Amino acid sequence: MTALHISISAETVFHIGGFAVTNSMILSVVGTAVILGIAALLGSAVQHPTKSNRKVRALAEMIVESVNTLIEGIAGKPKTALFAPIFLSFFMFVLLNNWLGLLPGVGTIGFNENEEEKVVVLPQRKPLFAHIIRPVQATSAKIAEEIVGEPVEIEGTAATEEKAEIESKSEEEHTVFVPFFRAATADINTTLALAIISVFLTQYFGVKFQGMGYFKKFFDFSSPIAVFVGLLELVSELGKILSFAFRLFGNIFAGEVLLTVMLGLTKLVVPMPFYAMELFVGGIQALVFALLSLVFFNMATMGHHDE
Amino acid sequence: MHELAIALAIGMGALTPAIGIGMIVSSALTAIGRNPEATSKIQPNMILGLAFAEAIAIYALVISLILIAQG
Repeated sequence: MTALHISISAETVFHIGGFAVTNSMILSVVGTAVILGIAALLGSAVQHPTKSNRKVRALAEMIVESVNTLIEGIAGKPKTALFAPIFLSFFMFVLLNNWLGLLPGVGTIGFNENEEEKVVVLPQRKPLFAHIIRPVQATSAKIAEEIVGEPVEIEGTAATEEKAEIESKSEEEHTVFVPFFRAATADINTTLALAIISVFLTQYFGVKFQGMGYFKKFFDFSSPIAVFVGLLELVSELGKILSFAFRLFGNIFAGEVLLTVMLGLTKLVVPMPFYAMELFVGGIQALVFALLSLVFFNMATMGHHDE
Repeated sequence: MHELAIALAIGMGALTPAIGIGMIVSSALTAIGRNPEATSKIQPNMILGLAFAEAIAIYALVISLILIAQG
């Protein structure tokens, strides 16, 4: 089996001026266009009710009612109108982008690009205790050279392995497969952006409902323990950003890798349960992202009334 | 050694989340068993708790994927 090229970061497909457009950006624009299309469709059906768009209106009402019931159960009636659009936006955006990544052709249709030196390179692994082993190997190579009289290459030492690697690299044509499309949420940039938006909205709602006293949660100087707790709360907010970002990214990216590996091993029938699982996981992760954001919004607005 | 690191990262990282998820669902099922009418109140909270627990396993998975891409 040829080596799988798994790229954690999204690859650039083309450039607009100096701006690099990645394959996940393309799909996220497609996802946004789909959402706007659905919104326009449902909106016009509700605003211009005719006999023929009964079913579309019924669908819209079903969606809005179920979302409102869910949010009322968590946040209570007055805040529902405030939280519902954001909840539904997060949910639809994440769901659509997760599912768009499962379409046939995403991740598989692409082009081969010559491997170039990238600016940011992950450090190549060195053997354990390299700083001890290499000088020892160098001295032993020198001693062997003096005994034999000509340069000696000892197999297995770091120097010879590096040489072999350099030689093999210059012989092969290194091309990298770059897919045209990639799920937007399989890109850490998208999920990080969503996470930052969610946590900033939490702070915004906190200030909106509690005024500037909301920040007393973080900076409480009444006692040393309170200062420490406030610090923990602050770090926990940053932890929430990372947690949101990595939960969504990890689930969707791991799903992509899983499908790629499964399709590489067996064809057509056996990967089907994994595909179903990915559909399920996409839905659940969208729900979890939106629900968790909602719960944090609600907690930010509530303050310490119940303590 | 490198492959061992990849395998250990996800193997050990998925141990405790698995236990945690089991405990969460077990308590949710017990609660539903006692009071089947409250299912619609228990279930969203269970899913929420599941998300937190699973996120830890996902962190470990991301580390192992980074290690795969690196070596």
